[in-house]
Amino acid sequence: MTVTGEMATAPAVPRRPGLLAWVAALAVLVALWLAAGRLTWLVAWPDGWIVPLRYWISDAMHWLVRDATFGLFTFKEFTRAIAWVLNLPLQACLVLLSRGFEVPLGAATLAVPPLSWLGVLGAMTFASWRVGGRRLALLVGLCFGYLVVFGQWNSAMVTLSSILVAVPLGIVGGALLGIAGYRNREVERAMTPILDLMQTVPVFAYLIPVLFLFGFGPVSAMIATIVYALPPMVRITILALRAVPAEVVEFGRMAGCTERQMLWKVLLPSARYGLMVGVNQVIMLSLNMVIIASMIGAGGLGHDVLAALRRLAIGAGLEAGVAITVLAISLDRLGQAIASRGATPVHVLRARGFVARHGTLIGILGILAGAYLLAFLVPALRHYPDALTVNTGPFFDKLVEWVNVHLFTYLDAVKSSLLIYVLIPFKRFLVGLPWPGVALLLAVAGWRIGGPRLAALVAALAVFVAVTGNWEKAMISAYLCGISVVVAMLIGLPVGILAAGSERIHRIAQNTVDTLQTLPSFVYLIPVVMLFQVGDFSAMIAIVAYAVAPAVRYTDHGIRGVPGEIVEAARMAGCRRGQLLWKVQIPLALPEIMLGVNQTIMMALSMLVISALVGTRDLGQEVYIALTRADTGHGLVAGLCVACIAIVADRLIGAWAARRREELGMEQRA
Amino acid sequence: MPSPTVAAATRPPQAEAGPSGAAGVKLTCRGLWKIFGEGGRRFLERHGGAPTSEQLAAGGLIGAVRDAGLEIHDGEVFVIMGLSGSGKSTFVRCLSRLIEPTAGELIFEGRDLLAASERELTEIRRHKMGMVFQHFALLPHLTVLGNVAFPLEVQGVGRAAREARALEVIELVGLKGRESYFPRELSGGQQQRVGIARSLAVEPEIWFLDEPFSALDPLIRREMQDEFLRLQRVLRKTIVFITHDFDEAIRLADRIAIMKDGRIVQIGRPEDLVTSPATQYVAEFTRDVSRAKVLSVRSVMSAVPESAGPESAGPESDGSGAAGGELAGELPAAARIGEVARRVLRAERPFAVVDEAGRVVGRLEPGQVLEVLAPGEAAPGPGGEGGVKAAQ
Ligand SMILES: Nc1ncnc2c1ncn2[C@@H]1O[C@H](COP(=O)(O)OP(=O)(O)OP(=O)(O)O)[C@@H](O)[C@H]1O
Ligand SMILES: [Mg+2]
Repeated sequence: MTVTGEMATAPAVPRRPGLLAWVAALAVLVALWLAAGRLTWLVAWPDGWIVPLRYWISDAMHWLVRDATFGLFTFKEFTRAIAWVLNLPLQACLVLLSRGFEVPLGAATLAVPPLSWLGVLGAMTFASWRVGGRRLALLVGLCFGYLVVFGQWNSAMVTLSSILVAVPLGIVGGALLGIAGYRNREVERAMTPILDLMQTVPVFAYLIPVLFLFGFGPVSAMIATIVYALPPMVRITILALRAVPAEVVEFGRMAGCTERQMLWKVLLPSARYGLMVGVNQVIMLSLNMVIIASMIGAGGLGHDVLAALRRLAIGAGLEAGVAITVLAISLDRLGQAIASRGATPVHVLRARGFVARHGTLIGILGILAGAYLLAFLVPALRHYPDALTVNTGPFFDKLVEWVNVHLFTYLDAVKSSLLIYVLIPFKRFLVGLPWPGVALLLAVAGWRIGGPRLAALVAALAVFVAVTGNWEKAMISAYLCGISVVVAMLIGLPVGILAAGSERIHRIAQNTVDTLQTLPSFVYLIPVVMLFQVGDFSAMIAIVAYAVAPAVRYTDHGIRGVPGEIVEAARMAGCRRGQLLWKVQIPLALPEIMLGVNQTIMMALSMLVISALVGTRDLGQEVYIALTRADTGHGLVAGLCVACIAIVADRLIGAWAARRREELGMEQRA
Repeated sequence: MPSPTVAAATRPPQAEAGPSGAAGVKLTCRGLWKIFGEGGRRFLERHGGAPTSEQLAAGGLIGAVRDAGLEIHDGEVFVIMGLSGSGKSTFVRCLSRLIEPTAGELIFEGRDLLAASERELTEIRRHKMGMVFQHFALLPHLTVLGNVAFPLEVQGVGRAAREARALEVIELVGLKGRESYFPRELSGGQQQRVGIARSLAVEPEIWFLDEPFSALDPLIRREMQDEFLRLQRVLRKTIVFITHDFDEAIRLADRIAIMKDGRIVQIGRPEDLVTSPATQYVAEFTRDVSRAKVLSVRSVMSAVPESAGPESAGPESDGSGAAGGELAGELPAAARIGEVARRVLRAERPFAVVDEAGRVVGRLEPGQVLEVLAPGEAAPGPGGEGGVKAAQ
């Protein structure tokens, strides 16, 4: 008792140098800013001083690919062998779902066609019905129906093939790494920073080494997808295994389990619901990756979106983009239904026979085979007739035309005035800031929030950006990201507050946000470019649209999370609605809202790189250029700089929120 | 810390053993230490194997079990009690080496358990030990049958054999008909029955139960205690039972060890703890206990004067050997005061006390009963109405 009493009265965090440090840092910043007129190196890091990290990386990469050898075989042979092995299951899926194959029979060839669309559609729907009931069947049926009717079938099957291979590999690989991390703290400690980095470096950046090592094509796209989708599975596996109650583990030992029995019979089954979250993540991330992966040769829907974006074909782009979403949704829901199926009592099932127990499998095979055979009679079942597909292209073309004719002047006015009065001045301001001053300011912030280690970390990251010669580009990124986050918060906060106050708005907001988050990020670019042409403004709109989701979600959740008793107490004290909001709910929800800001920043940064396609001039553009030139060093270094910005924001905000929660006496999140 | 008193309190009670007196010793531990934290073993050596609480605190270490020693006899129910955090769970896990003790000696069925290799230990746990956990620790993906058969499955017993055995124990704990339910479909009490069945499936030599009923509500807890007593009458296992509920302890225990801050403060039969608490702490613990439920007639009666002790009360003390006042009847020495109070107080006359062999070993006055029921309040006179009220 006395111990906890003392703990509570002692300040949770020791006092740090107060106002003075801030004032000093600001003064230094201003001084440096004034001096920058004469000492240009304060603003623009001189070319001569740049640490040639990117060349070192590129050289190392070349060495790997050209000269590295394991003795018996070279590194390149090794990577190509991996690619070859991974290609086998991929080709099998492709043959089955999309291509069919040809058997040479002497002079003639016998063409064995792929599965019929009707068969796949029917089998998916049937399986959904068996595991998830009528509603799921309807959903999945509609989703796959969309793919058929909108002429997306073949591309979708190509994409599905690579997903079908990448997802299991991602799950198994992630789980194995996770198990290693669970068993050995050292391994976990070594993995954590790598995972952190993998999740903050923009995906583009590691497309390049993958491209380099594995060549252009669907297999390297798949490898990039796996690498991208793996980290959350690793983390979730570790978390899920750690969450298995200590008593259950002790029981396993008392029962005399061997290491292997412990893992397979006790730990993994007990952690399966936790693990399913990871599976879901892998599916979603793999589908997120579809478009980006098509840049290194994935083909399928991603390729369609990218091509449409380049042609500015809004209809085609949206159709293919929605097809990806639809695929994601149906796979995700189906996966969840399969996972939660164990929750229904099974003791009823036991008595039934073989057919009843394997009904789903038999049904799926039956439908596939039936449709396959039927398709020999009715060719339309093999290839959905083009004449019957729906094409929204003309409609969107008309719409855009109409918008351009009738709304152009207004849109342009809005765009121009925002650009002239807000965007450009802000950009000039940031780009004009001297890097030592910014680094110092960040260090002071880090010191105040989290102590010397955090201060050292953020300052070092800022210096890293400067030293590698990316300061100016990084400032442009910071400007685009910053302004987008501000706009996103300006939208997200009020919506979140409204949603917290009303069930109906809450539901609408929740659904909208969920939908926004399943749309692949590229899809946002298409309408934006149609309306505003390329440039910073379009990028900003796209980033805001993509990143607003967490702003809404966390605000809503944070305010809802304020304990009911406190709200009641405030009411009893006579607070009016406004007072309640500003004096009680928002302050208490602030840590959570700040985590939302953090998430918004992360999403904005990931979208930033993608919006390079619409002609920004920041780090994202650097990465993109590096990708087109296959310049590993350049791309990785620019990517690392984006990661630096992300890590600085994440650590500062995260530390602040954690401290604030502690001060407010709220329990830490798990 | 009063370590001399502790040592004194730890040793003597072992002399008077449990009810089964001469029965063999199943498990012995001596000088057992468990120190949590970096470098516990070295720390212990540096402080001559007996660091004080202050030294531990200064070293930033937690002494979860400190110099614990006890002997558990064949077929007895040995209860370990103590407040939350006193080290009960840690101690019992040291006894099965689920937690590696920092120092000490551990002898199970005559062999040194601490010297056993990992493989030997697995064998011992597979065949000789069973454990029941506070939060059941059932495997969520297995049915009742699967859970109970699990320890046998791990040993590699064939499916038919292990399921047959599992069905036996499931019936034993009264869960017949629910073999194919999943744990989440069962109530807390039923889940713990599964836990009990599971630990019994391998017919363990020693049975550890770590607060098995603490997570249950009072009514179910009582029911499970009855169930436990019933099982124990049938199985006669050697049991180490943890609880922090003294009422539970006295219902179930042959002997009780009381722990405080990692040390065993006292070991003894329930009534020893009540009648002669070794420390203030034990007295505190037993203060609110209903003494009538704990104290036996033997411990309250006045012994027959001419014999030195009940054991040597030979046959010569037979033949109504009453030393004054007519006796109202005979009472068994092992009975609890609570069970006989009403009779004694109604009769308003002393009773003769006889042991299992039917020998008279002493006499019990109504005043003595009243003193147990309402200590310090009633003068030893005719009990009358006050006594009757107290008994109700
Ligand atoms: N793994 C561990 N690491 C460090 N300290 C521990 C660990 N396990 C237990 N302890 C500490 O050891 C002491 C004894 O804990 P233990 O769980 O044995 O108590 P207990 O008597 O079983 O309590 P309860 O009645 O709450 O179950 C406590 O102070 C606890 O904090
Ligand atoms: Mg415990």
